Amino acid sequence: MPNALRKPWVGIALIAAVLVVAPLAVGASLGNAWVRVLDFAALYVMLALGLNIVVGFAGLLDLGYIAFYAVGAYLYALLCSPHFGIHWPVWAVLPLGALVAGIFGVLLGAPTLRLRGDYLAIVTLGFGEIIRIFLNNLNTPVNITNGPQGIARIDPITLFGQPLSRPLEFLGVGFSGVMLYYYLFVVLALGIVFVGIRLQDSRIGRAWVAIREDEVAAKACGINTRNVKLLAFAMGASFGGISGGLFAGFQEFVSPESFSLLESVMVLCMVVLGGMGHIPGVILGGLLLTVLPEIFRQGAGPLQQALFGTVVLDPEALRMLLFGLALIAVMLYRPAGLWPEPRHRSEYKQ
Amino acid sequence: MDILLQQIVNGLTLGSIYALVALGYTMVYGILGLINFAHGEVVMVGALSSLTVIRPLAASGLPGPVVMLIGLAFAALVCMALGFSIERVAYRPLRNAPRLAPLITAIGVSIVLQQLAMLIWGRSYHSVPELLPNDPHDFFGASITEVQIVIIVVAAATMAGLMLLVNRTRLGRAMRATAENPAIAGLMGVDANRVISMTFVIGSALAALAGVLISANYGIAHYHMGFILGLKAFTAAVLGGIGNLAGAMVGGILLGIIEALGAGYIGDLTGGVLGSSYQDVFAFFVLIVVLIFRPSGLMGEKVAERA
Repeated sequence: MPNALRKPWVGIALIAAVLVVAPLAVGASLGNAWVRVLDFAALYVMLALGLNIVVGFAGLLDLGYIAFYAVGAYLYALLCSPHFGIHWPVWAVLPLGALVAGIFGVLLGAPTLRLRGDYLAIVTLGFGEIIRIFLNNLNTPVNITNGPQGIARIDPITLFGQPLSRPLEFLGVGFSGVMLYYYLFVVLALGIVFVGIRLQDSRIGRAWVAIREDEVAAKACGINTRNVKLLAFAMGASFGGISGGLFAGFQEFVSPESFSLLESVMVLCMVVLGGMGHIPGVILGGLLLTVLPEIFRQGAGPLQQALFGTVVLDPEALRMLLFGLALIAVMLYRPAGLWPEPRHRSEYKQ
Repeated sequence: MDILLQQIVNGLTLGSIYALVALGYTMVYGILGLINFAHGEVVMVGALSSLTVIRPLAASGLPGPVVMLIGLAFAALVCMALGFSIERVAYRPLRNAPRLAPLITAIGVSIVLQQLAMLIWGRSYHSVPELLPNDPHDFFGASITEVQIVIIVVAAATMAGLMLLVNRTRLGRAMRATAENPAIAGLMGVDANRVISMTFVIGSALAALAGVLISANYGIAHYHMGFILGLKAFTAAVLGGIGNLAGAMVGGILLGIIEALGAGYIGDLTGGVLGSSYQDVFAFFVLIVVLIFRPSGLMGEKVAERA
């Protein structure tokens, strides 16, 4: 092997090239619907990386993570839609969403951080459900969230005056709206990856890992466990808030349905399946769990049709079923995930 | 006054069912220190599987209570087998794993059960045939139906039976010993694995009973009824002090009453701003408040912090 190929920048350049060409290739071969899947993959990777801070680094099991996503999405929807007739600049609303979600994270974290792991899981789960119930019912007596119908006609995200929902001709190549969103999401996801990696190696990151491994010992070493845990919650939540805002701008529609417990579980699965606390693993988990179910959804019906002549099992149910089985199987046979962090792996071996 | 009493009666009915489910959580937690997330789904399986038997039998013209008993027996068998296998497959191999691991398999099990139920029984809401006369009786100005009376009486009798089992029998003593200290119990000749299996089986039988009763109460059953019920029952268990049997019963009944009163009065209290659609919020609210101010619950002992 030539020496040049071992240099890290070659790998980085390869990944960059794949990331740049992917939507064009996918769009040309499979159609824009699959570029959309890639968009969602990037969104879910961002979400999973946010949850990874809470679950993977700090070891706090959060089952209501999607609530922060909902907060970000609804904030964007309320401030950039005809619902209230407010149209704030998108690039002011997205950071605001991160901030508000972060505050919600602290609000949830402050009273619950004394709790033991499994209690925390239940309380966060309850918090997620409360947010969803409120979103569903805050349409009377004052219509804030528009209830189960959700908020429609949300402003698309604009960049340099170009709404990303409109196709663009650039250097003779036609980019569809979903492709433009793809590039934005990938750039932001890379930004979050970068933040995640820097956090991991920082003083705070080491404090999180110390708390995950042994809270009492961490405290004895002079770590202010309460503040550091709150910080984990706030950081994770603000990543969720950003992703939520992007989701709202991308879909141009939000409704409480998108923020069910199942979504929380899904994001948790990405983190767990990929490898808790290991950023490349979490990215892998996010990609797998967005793309595979989609292939499955499209493939399971026709496959059954071909095999049995009729659709025996509802593909949607089958997808969830396999999902549950995968969770159990991974925990039983690869408890540290598909691509675990070396340090974490040794912990699971005990 | 009538509304108050009426809501208390309704709350008592609902609370008895919560208590039955909460017992399942608390027994497992007491022995294994594990939240059996899938317990709510076992209740759902109990309700739906009993329905499979009840439907054709009810049409055959057998007397209602007999049909209900047969349905209950069938549901109990199904659920006991289910509880036994859940423990074997999802929890036993992970007994010494980090705490997060069994919790995640539990989530997996509950997804699997829910989806299987959907494939078997479909997405629709099933109406439950009326097996007991549903005539309202006057009770100091509130009305109480025979179904409600049966629920309260059966639940109370079952809980009394469970207390006898745990406090008076050999198995119960083994269960208490294992909860206290599995290693020492093992040295005294208790087969911990058998005790744990039995705990799951008993808890699942109670879940089956709860499933049959709740579907009789609401007259409706569906594949996702287990999740929210399980969550509320868990809240009840925490409220009473998790790991404590009497606590689970008290917590269940208390939660039922809080919820019924809350749903009945929230509209008046907030001037109509919040309606009874917020009923489900109460359980979570109670849960959070209890965990913050009295994490060991009303009747629980102070537990040592375990990370």
